[in-house]
Amino acid sequence: MTLLSVTDLKATYRVGAAPVHAVDGVSLDIAPGETVGLVGESGCGKSTLGKTILRLVEPSAGRIAFDGVDLTTLPERRLRAYRRRLQMIFQDPFASLNPRQTIGDILLAPLNVHRVGSRPDRRRRVSAILSQVGLPEDAVARYPHEFSGGQRQRIGIARALILGPDLIICDEPVSALDLSVQAQILNLLADIKRDLKLSLLFISHDLSVVRYLSDRVLVMYLGRIVETGSHEQIWKTPRHPYTRALIDAVPDPARRRYAAPLPGDLPDPRNVAEGCRFQPRCPLATELCTRQAPELRVTSTGHQVACHHAEMTAAPSAA
Amino acid sequence: MTDAILDSTRPAERSPDDRLRTDPERPEWPNIHAPDTHLIAADAGHSRSQLLRRLGRNPSFVAGAGLLLVIFAAAVSAPVLFPGDPLSMVARPLLWPGQDLAYALGTDSLGRDVAAGLMHGARVSLLIGLVATTIGVAVGTAVGAVAGCRGGRIDDILVRIIELFQTVPSFILLVVLVAIAQPSITTVTWAIGLVTWPTIARLVRAEFRVLREKEFVMAARSLGFSDSRIVIREILPNALPAIIVTTSVMVATAILMEAALSFLGLGDPNVVSWGSMIGSGRELIRTAWYLTALPGVVIVLTVLSLNLIGDGLTDVLNPRLSKE
Amino acid sequence: MTPLLDVRDLTICFPNATPVRNLSFGLAPAEALAIVGESGSGKSLTALALMRLLPGAARIASGRVRLDNDDLLALPEVEMRSRRGRDIAMIFQEPMTSLNPVLTIGRQIAEVLQLHRGLTKAQARREAAELLDLVRIPNPERCLDDHPHRLSGGMRQRVMIAIAAACRPKILIADEPTTALDVTIQAQVLELLDRLRRELSLSLLLITHDLGLVGQWADRVIVMYAGRKVEEASPGILFERPLHPYTRGLLAASPRLHDRLHYRSARLAEIPGNIASAATQAGCPFAPRCPDRLARCRTNVPDERDAASGRRVACHVDLTESSRGLHHDAALSY
Repeated sequence: MTLLSVTDLKATYRVGAAPVHAVDGVSLDIAPGETVGLVGESGCGKSTLGKTILRLVEPSAGRIAFDGVDLTTLPERRLRAYRRRLQMIFQDPFASLNPRQTIGDILLAPLNVHRVGSRPDRRRRVSAILSQVGLPEDAVARYPHEFSGGQRQRIGIARALILGPDLIICDEPVSALDLSVQAQILNLLADIKRDLKLSLLFISHDLSVVRYLSDRVLVMYLGRIVETGSHEQIWKTPRHPYTRALIDAVPDPARRRYAAPLPGDLPDPRNVAEGCRFQPRCPLATELCTRQAPELRVTSTGHQVACHHAEMTAAPSAA
Repeated sequence: MTDAILDSTRPAERSPDDRLRTDPERPEWPNIHAPDTHLIAADAGHSRSQLLRRLGRNPSFVAGAGLLLVIFAAAVSAPVLFPGDPLSMVARPLLWPGQDLAYALGTDSLGRDVAAGLMHGARVSLLIGLVATTIGVAVGTAVGAVAGCRGGRIDDILVRIIELFQTVPSFILLVVLVAIAQPSITTVTWAIGLVTWPTIARLVRAEFRVLREKEFVMAARSLGFSDSRIVIREILPNALPAIIVTTSVMVATAILMEAALSFLGLGDPNVVSWGSMIGSGRELIRTAWYLTALPGVVIVLTVLSLNLIGDGLTDVLNPRLSKE
Repeated sequence: MTPLLDVRDLTICFPNATPVRNLSFGLAPAEALAIVGESGSGKSLTALALMRLLPGAARIASGRVRLDNDDLLALPEVEMRSRRGRDIAMIFQEPMTSLNPVLTIGRQIAEVLQLHRGLTKAQARREAAELLDLVRIPNPERCLDDHPHRLSGGMRQRVMIAIAAACRPKILIADEPTTALDVTIQAQVLELLDRLRRELSLSLLLITHDLGLVGQWADRVIVMYAGRKVEEASPGILFERPLHPYTRGLLAASPRLHDRLHYRSARLAEIPGNIASAATQAGCPFAPRCPDRLARCRTNVPDERDAASGRRVACHVDLTESSRGLHHDAALSY
């Protein structure tokens, strides 16, 4: 059973005259109660993918089915009913809250718009949510600037929860936070996910955070999924050379003064290589890779990888 | 753990760095920021009473508002202090100021009281300034908001229209409009409104384009808010400071435009205006310079007061802007 | 060995706050020293104070910064200006804003060389190309004529490093040099910094919030909290057996350092509250968040003292070395 099913999704934006395929044929499923992690570096399209699923960015092709309903063709008016069930937590706890509204305004507005319950009901719901995310009740009368980064992210989480969604897309929710606060927010997300039986799509550039909070991991490079598998499979037996490079690049005190940096720079999404997109930086690239783009296929370890030479990476990671 | 959070939400307990960030003397220092600090906004407090208090402490705003209040009082009290038509002859022509205390500021070449003219002229100037600006701001905000929010073809078309207005020197356009439509207070007001709206439209469009991409607007969309609600409740309040600041300067521009029109003899012939007073006094500038100087000073003071108010509002409403 | 740079009792003041208090440390030649801390710890201000580039209202209230035999804080400004770049160079977090967008890369590097080393234009250009080659920028000759916006973030940071290395400084301060970069690029830049440290034998002062990075690249680590040093140790010892409750908390809270942790089976250890609570604290700044605090922690600031395995720590509690695993298990109260 799947809650969200995305098939061959594409999202394109224009830079000058040239179209950039930020998301280029991505398929993924999320089951009820499942946490799916989405990892990639900046410019890989992971954030655009999250926003396209919510249709905050219009897809140029593909299908988004939520609970059996095709959201891609739904007119905005009918889509609004589904917005209640699909929510988002944003990266920047400072830019994602309207500076001119109190916390009460911010949390009441969705309830007013969707006409949930009576007025006293709505107030009760706001206080309940505030205590659920660990904020004091008197926060309602305060403005966002009165809170620290971690507390603002709690407000962002409260806003995402207020309409009782089934799926929350978390777009880098902890990357703007300090380490000690990051752990608080990760624990909070784990708690609400368990208590409310939510599904999460957890988008991050930080593999170690994704590994902690995900059941299944998708690795994205230049608009495409290059590898998917359970968090253990991805971490212990990465098959795509890019996944391997990402894991190796995570700073690790156990590897003193050693890093095997992936050569080359982040690619320009306007200028994508022929064949496999990772091939210009890939240590395993052969002539085949320059000709033919690999499709996702199932490997012996049971996860999917888009690489012609996946079997060559079977040796354990250098760590 | 909840206790600690409760503790730390007290505003008095901001970290040392937090307090530094609100220090107005501290320059922008782009390079010190660890992940959590760089976005804390410098503007402390949005509540109305706080804003008023900060306005009250701003010297430019206080000076400008005080001056404007005096001019406003003059405009309101004109019919009481100088009943009767300020255009009618009341005394010997070309009395110098102080020569006859009944006409403290003297009379012009037709024997009209200059003081009465100045006070009644304040009514005309302020009325035209405020109404024309209201028209300009309303049209400009509407056009700018649509262009900024919709984007795409509609935006392209509206931007072309705005540019069309801005390529023609606005005063020449104004003269043409008034010449076509017979000068009267109403037509002059509309004409000024029509030539000034592009300024506001440009500003609002730019503000909206930036705000539209902000994450809190994304969040509002993801919560299923309607477009009109997003514009009115989420975007507009954040664009308001910039609009208000520009508005104060636009009133000054409108007053100057009206004065210039009247000076050229294109104002309403049935009312006295500062511009027309200068216009009729300019031939006597060698012999009776006070006829041009007095209304000139009044115009300068009015425009100055509005600009001071604009500066004060900029300081208080846009702390980040004013620091740059 | 006498340290190359010796900082004693450095205190930095703002009119209404003291973001750095009584900080002392030394930096040996060719050593990589890391200062770790969260935002508000005062680590970036410390770096700027060493350069005497503190922003606006901040000033150095007391302390001494000795480089070779000169007290940098006592030098006249003119003299200090010639030391910046020549003796101490600095690179910043944002390679996007640190370069002048209207000048070519070549001009910006050559400017430094002409200013500090008195090279002619042609010499400076040749040297600039060599520097770009040193920081492994492909096609250095072509890059010289590019403007900054043509380069990626990683490349810009390399250019910044080239500029910093231009005058062969003795000390390079790197303030969050990789925070704005992606992980694969981050590894490249750190590897580059470490290579320069060895090849040019320069001392590296790495300011960062990233514990993993410190463990991998530093010889010695100073952990700062709310303007004070709380612990100083070599990374191996620090990561194996952290002493100070704050260090222990940080290590336990970091998902990077716990390979086997997963949300379905374990919670991350949290440090409750946030750093703002230190502002109103008379005693130890960490006391409001500390699980081990004693009564006197609220009133007396702990002095820095020597502790086991050659490290220094500032804490009242009679600390015993605990492995981070142990501390972590205590937090698994589901």
